[in-house]
Amino acid sequence: MTAAAPFGEFVTRAQSRGALVVQPRMGFGDPALMREGLAATKAAAATTVGTLTLDSYTRVGDDESVARALRENAPLNGYPIVALPRATSLAVLDGLRDATFPVQVRHGSPRPEHIFAALIELGLDATEGGPVSYCLPYSRTPLRDAVASWRRSCLMLADTAGHGVVPHLESFGGCMLGQLCPPGLLVAISLLEGLFFAQHGLRSISLSYAQQQNPGQDRQALAALRRLAADLLPGVEWHIVLYAYMGVYPRTHGGALRLLGAAAELAVTAGAARLIVKTAAEAHRIPTIADNVEALELAADRAAGVRRLPDQDGAEVYEEALALVEAVLSLDHDVGDALIAAFARGLLDVPFCLHPDNAGRSRSYVDDHGRLLWSDTGAMPIPASRAGHPARRLTATGLLTALSGMQHRYDEGAP
Amino acid sequence: MNLTYAIPGPSILVTGTSSDSHTWNLVYLQLMLEEMGCRVHNLGACVPPALVAAECLGDNPDLVVVSSVNGHGFHDGLRLIEELRARPELAGTPVVIGGKLSTDGLRNVGLVRRLRAAGYDAVFENGDLTRFRTLVGRLSARVAS
Repeated sequence: MTAAAPFGEFVTRAQSRGALVVQPRMGFGDPALMREGLAATKAAAATTVGTLTLDSYTRVGDDESVARALRENAPLNGYPIVALPRATSLAVLDGLRDATFPVQVRHGSPRPEHIFAALIELGLDATEGGPVSYCLPYSRTPLRDAVASWRRSCLMLADTAGHGVVPHLESFGGCMLGQLCPPGLLVAISLLEGLFFAQHGLRSISLSYAQQQNPGQDRQALAALRRLAADLLPGVEWHIVLYAYMGVYPRTHGGALRLLGAAAELAVTAGAARLIVKTAAEAHRIPTIADNVEALELAADRAAGVRRLPDQDGAEVYEEALALVEAVLSLDHDVGDALIAAFARGLLDVPFCLHPDNAGRSRSYVDDHGRLLWSDTGAMPIPASRAGHPARRLTATGLLTALSGMQHRYDEGAP
Repeated sequence: MNLTYAIPGPSILVTGTSSDSHTWNLVYLQLMLEEMGCRVHNLGACVPPALVAAECLGDNPDLVVVSSVNGHGFHDGLRLIEELRARPELAGTPVVIGGKLSTDGLRNVGLVRRLRAAGYDAVFENGDLTRFRTLVGRLSARVAS
């Protein structure tokens, strides 16, 4: 295999020459189709990195169900990297992964050691997730167990460094539940997971943020993330990755692509280096390779037409995130233990997250401008000026309106 | 503010199924039930049947609401009700299920009948919320009287 470029270095270099790196969430159970998807991503008219998104059985470690699906030729909703023979996966990557095309493994596992072991076996250097962001939203795994597993996984990945290999890990922390989490908390969790990775030996990381409903607030959040990363991650190579809106997606082709275009514009103007795209098929079915290529090329085209802007005025998101990060770090010198203690005390409290280790006292709402705000901050050390408006507490009907706001706005033609 | 001195409404246990990681449906049900004056204990996503049973034994809820939208609700729901009804203490606990219960999204009379036969007191397919609200309203009236 041709020497591959380290993932983080590739993205940082692209950003310095003004190109936004765009990336799909593609994953297929069939190795031939997976290879075809990677090849199409590489050939797209855009600066791309490849993705191997894993199937949900592999994510939860249900080896038996993966084996049965492979035996019976049943479709899987992603690439079963742990179960497939190493030679098969090497053949999928052969000639595609090189100095111009790094590949990242995406999964969603609260206990990912088996996945890290498999990707390291293949010589891959980049993956994503985090002890909080892949535990709280999608599982009942105790946070303590997820932290322990992510500790071991990080050490395993960090251990591959050397001889031109610079392992890279991305925090999914800026995407908690996809929507309705106010940006201060998203930025704080992303930062804290980044610090967790750094504490376990990783020297190349990315911090995430998911596009929400108000571009001004999103730009504030991305500025806060950059400022905090610069202060708190000395000696670590880092970049910001933006996720195109993760909530209920527009049903119309035009609406979906306009929303993606807005995400690309937000990424460039606010200093993100990489964008995870969504496709126009999102609201209807599992996207095809062609859907993904369309999204990658549209995002790249839109990104090329805009420039980085000065940071958004206002420091509300920064102050909120800083207060949360400082409160957590004061609990313990070990970031993992600090995270466990913070959730136990409700110092971090994700609104509408039903995980048993989440305090569940905080609540949020979307205001008339699409800004995410608190109606109740629970026990979180949020500055008093931002402490929330209990009167705006979401009702059941309000929840549906908040969840579908972007779909309606973009399907109706605006903005 | 909660008026804690008011007559307590019915206590309701809301839960997802063992394989379903979706939670917005559960959050929606919780908010709706709270607005109707119910006290809600929400177990969240990916709940194994044995855990639902243990929580029922501890909470003794007036109603158990099972919600699923990942398309496996029929199978997961059957396993769950069998586990609950196997315990004599829970033989009479009202349990209902709703959501998108099958992958094809169509109403399936045979499927509903099997869920009822296995022990569900009501099945609300494809989000039949009007009928569900009526049932909860009746329960509230009974608890308050």
